[in-house]
Amino acid sequence: MHKLLRQIARVGIRTERPPQADDSLRQITDRVNQEVLRLLGRALAIRHVDAGSCNGCELEIHGLANPYYNMEGLGICFVASPRHADMLMVTGPVSRNMEDALRRTYEATPEPKLVLAIGDCGCSGGIFGEGYASCGRVASVIPVDVAVPGCPPPPDAIMQGILTAVRAPAQGFR
Amino acid sequence: MAPELPGIQCEPLAGSVAAWRAAVDAQQWLRAGEDIAARGGRLAALWASDDSDRTAGLCVRALLVSFEGLICLELRVPEHDASFPDLSESFPCADRMQRAVFDLCGARALTRDGTPADSRPWLRHGAWPEDVFPLRRNVAAGARWPAQPDAYRFVAVEGDGVHEIPVGPVHAGTIEPGHFRFSVVGERVLRLEERLGYKHKGIEKRFEQMSLADAIRLAGRVSGDSTVAYAWAYAMALESISGAQPSERALSLRALLLERERIANHLGDLGALGNDGGLAFGLAHFSRLKEDVLRLNARLFGHRYLMDRIVPCGVAVDVDPASIAVLLGEADRIEREVRALRAIYDDHAGLQDRFMTCGRLAPDTAARLGVVGLAARACGIALDVRAHPGYAPYTELQPRVATERAGDVAARVNVRFEELFESLRLERRILRHLPAGDCVLPLAAAPEGAIGFGWIEGWRGEVFVALEAGAAGTVRRCHPHDPSWQNWPALEHAILGNIVPDFPLINKSFNLSYAGQDL
Repeated sequence: MHKLLRQIARVGIRTERPPQADDSLRQITDRVNQEVLRLLGRALAIRHVDAGSCNGCELEIHGLANPYYNMEGLGICFVASPRHADMLMVTGPVSRNMEDALRRTYEATPEPKLVLAIGDCGCSGGIFGEGYASCGRVASVIPVDVAVPGCPPPPDAIMQGILTAVRAPAQGFR
Repeated sequence: MAPELPGIQCEPLAGSVAAWRAAVDAQQWLRAGEDIAARGGRLAALWASDDSDRTAGLCVRALLVSFEGLICLELRVPEHDASFPDLSESFPCADRMQRAVFDLCGARALTRDGTPADSRPWLRHGAWPEDVFPLRRNVAAGARWPAQPDAYRFVAVEGDGVHEIPVGPVHAGTIEPGHFRFSVVGERVLRLEERLGYKHKGIEKRFEQMSLADAIRLAGRVSGDSTVAYAWAYAMALESISGAQPSERALSLRALLLERERIANHLGDLGALGNDGGLAFGLAHFSRLKEDVLRLNARLFGHRYLMDRIVPCGVAVDVDPASIAVLLGEADRIEREVRALRAIYDDHAGLQDRFMTCGRLAPDTAARLGVVGLAARACGIALDVRAHPGYAPYTELQPRVATERAGDVAARVNVRFEELFESLRLERRILRHLPAGDCVLPLAAAPEGAIGFGWIEGWRGEVFVALEAGAAGTVRRCHPHDPSWQNWPALEHAILGNIVPDFPLINKSFNLSYAGQDL
């Protein structure tokens, strides 16, 4: 036990400052009103759905939990069911084999809800594109509020996407 | 030395892998499989190509591994009612690969009495009709079909008090999609049946729309966590058909990147395994170290996961004395920190109680299933392509193969610890003896129809790529093969008799790729 405590004391707190919101990532601006966003921004529950990624984006989503990003420290946590979620975080081009599961996960998420598309594939279909087994970008299956490009986007970019989704846009709602 | 198979002519293939190809008929196909299995060989991959535009019919290929190296059996079959002899009696892991061959190419594996070995689809859920085979040449890349009914037949377990728990495809954690059907009595698992293929996005068809030079980027995204292994395997295949040889420096740098990929993934897994065993402290500390490695990758090599750093006939990175010093310093620090963390893991009675005897895969079961990679090494099967047959620069580096005997979660944890230290040792050795040379050399045009193989030991296990050149520098056919094909069925055995709440820990201890096998 003393080794464990010594290790904790020796390493100390490594958490860094979170990034600022970036309005250029926004796809839709008028889905959720400002008051709801203000509440969600203080305690956000996210359900991750891998709709067909190469698993690179998942590595970076895992990274959000490491001490440098410490996402839970901002009141943002991942939940085990879409029924508990305020936001869906979707990775990958949507494979045809996941299309139905993604749609059903979206329907199971209570309103008001936000959708974040992660990675080049989630934004545009990426290198996999559209084909006999791929629907391409996430927005071709469910509405997307914020899209975070990158292959894969690093944890701070994903964090920026999350924070952008739960902040009102700088110039207000259309 | 060419492998001896009665009545079969083996033709050697050029390149850095000792490999032969052999045209066989249906009887020889079956017989060669039996011979190789009897000699302790195994099946590395099985795939098919549509050659109806060229030589007529389909070509089904089985890649066998014998002591001598790789032997690729090639069986030509007519495209109508195409069939080939089922290899799953000799190699049980053939089953899912054969089902995928039918889903994509329409060649059915038949048992000796002429009935299908397992007629259930594997990669086809409902995205295309039963009588359409997407990898056939007459199917356009952009073709789309309305969703088809999807009624998969799971094996039902009946009896007093037996019930089923269906899990997935969307799981409770941040993991890839797949379906697990548990049949349980109380908490105890009687049977687990996996259903995968949810991530199938048509990678093999996508390859055929790309040039040989560009397709390395796609190869690096078959399974993102093994991007270096895939890119290297693809490059090795391409170099063998182009008759090219990267410089010694480029090969050493590739090994440096591959070992850094292993270090990053093992650090991540060791943290996640501590977390799944109830010690969140482990996740916090190992994920911090992993992040340090990724950040240094980004700083020195321009990408956190080293995607697109391996290019045909070379590498897109180089190191100077200053970065070598930084990398050496990091290696020493990580080794020191991991040794301290390992002492904490080893002394933690609660954690060891979760790890030991949990999810045990018996060595004989593992051998029969053809398990590869770290899962095999954790049950005493010393397979490691870096050590045997070896490839440059590992033939010089002489990596030590880490093995454990128990086959449980604890063994898979210990193999990761040992491999991490060994990767750090290799990293230091590479950095201290880096040969001079150009990082990228020119690549000659690949002759149309030439076939090449790449075979690399990634962190999870052996990654294999088969590549066939088309006209004017295009990909005619590319089959990437993930070690997860062999190891997923082993998970169904490792879970037997364990309790459902231990499944996440056991699953994580294998940490298999869904993307890599779904293609």
